[in-house]
Amino acid sequence: MSAVLTAAPPVVPPHMTPVRVASVVKETHDTFTLTLDPQGEEGAGRFSPGQFSMLYVFGVGELPISISGDPHDSGRLVYTVRSVGKATNALVNCQPGQWVGVRGPFGTSWPLEQARGNDVLIVAGGIGLAPLRPAIHHMLRHRDDYVRLMLLYGARSPKDLLYRKDLAGWARLPDTQVLTTVDYGGMNWRGYVGVVTTLFRYVRLHPGRTTAMICGPEIMMRYVIRELEKRALPDADIYLSMERNMKCAVGFCGHCQLGPYFVCKDGPIFPYTRMRPWLEKHEL
Amino acid sequence: MESKTLTDVLREHPFLEGLKPNHVQRMAEVALEVQFARDQIIFREGDETSLFYLLVSGKVALEVSAPGRIVRIQTLGEGDEMGWSSLLGHAGKTFQARSLEPVRAIGFDATRLRQVWEQDPAFGYQFMVRLLKVVAQRLQAARLQLLDLYAPRGVKLV
Repeated sequence: MSAVLTAAPPVVPPHMTPVRVASVVKETHDTFTLTLDPQGEEGAGRFSPGQFSMLYVFGVGELPISISGDPHDSGRLVYTVRSVGKATNALVNCQPGQWVGVRGPFGTSWPLEQARGNDVLIVAGGIGLAPLRPAIHHMLRHRDDYVRLMLLYGARSPKDLLYRKDLAGWARLPDTQVLTTVDYGGMNWRGYVGVVTTLFRYVRLHPGRTTAMICGPEIMMRYVIRELEKRALPDADIYLSMERNMKCAVGFCGHCQLGPYFVCKDGPIFPYTRMRPWLEKHEL
Repeated sequence: MESKTLTDVLREHPFLEGLKPNHVQRMAEVALEVQFARDQIIFREGDETSLFYLLVSGKVALEVSAPGRIVRIQTLGEGDEMGWSSLLGHAGKTFQARSLEPVRAIGFDATRLRQVWEQDPAFGYQFMVRLLKVVAQRLQAARLQLLDLYAPRGVKLV
């Protein structure tokens, strides 16, 4: 621990930047939001909503993590991390002032330009809300560019809901519908219970005038797409954030290959029209 | 239900959308408006009530009693239907229903509805096709719920 808290930045491999941890905030029982402070580097915090970085915990390992902060706040890099293994545990246990290595940002972004003038439907499951939050921040900052915003968010239980303050704030905004559901609700939970697809009953979609952005477990995304197809939303207006085992982040190693694509380089955001042939392939 | 007639409310309900006007009228003839306060038990598991409901506003939780606790399985809201097992002539309700907020609904006596359908099987068929879609959607949702999609990788439901 003392080595990583030293004042001087550690020596890092080429293309990696040492950045200090500004804060680690607990979101839920197993999920934390990590804020990095890329001091002194002009534009070091710039990214497009949907992109990810490779975060390196010195001596432990490197992880692909979606950027979950406000893209207009270029002074900070924000990541929401679920602690599920050795490297993610080390990341969420970082202390303010500690150094981590950052590569990126990498990958494609949500189609915010194409969505201008449309309604936008965002469907998120679990920690899938994290890579969508920058897109929501962007649309709220450019509110006149979009018509209605609809967010359907599913989590495992009330204690797994991310960004509760954000959700409550967004729900109060005009022309913004925020519906949250949990798979398992306790007796104190007064919101919806059921999988995220059940929320489609409570939104009115206008096919041809709605752009859908989806992020969550792949099975969830498949069933969400079925709901969109039932409502005649054109495939070309559906975008997904895919998750695979990303290692190099630049399309060399092949770990994240999905059909003809490398998720790290060609994604993680894909138009559904490109993903459709690969989504239901059992072998992939 | 404000100034709308019961027939208007039924015509606008998503479950009955597109139903022939004479069929909507037949529904209205056996319907009654009901309201439930927040936290009211609408029916209990095993109750032999024969009422089927179309929800107009508010939110209802379907619950199952387990030893020492009550498990909330699903919520229903505006535009949903509730108590469909009554339509099949089952003896008792399979879930407990509790209003989570003030609820307005249209209730139908299932026995009288079945009599109407026996007189007009084409209407009964139309209604049952709609009902089957609802049942299929709920079955699919329950299956997805069983998958525990958001569990951390490596955590298995065994």
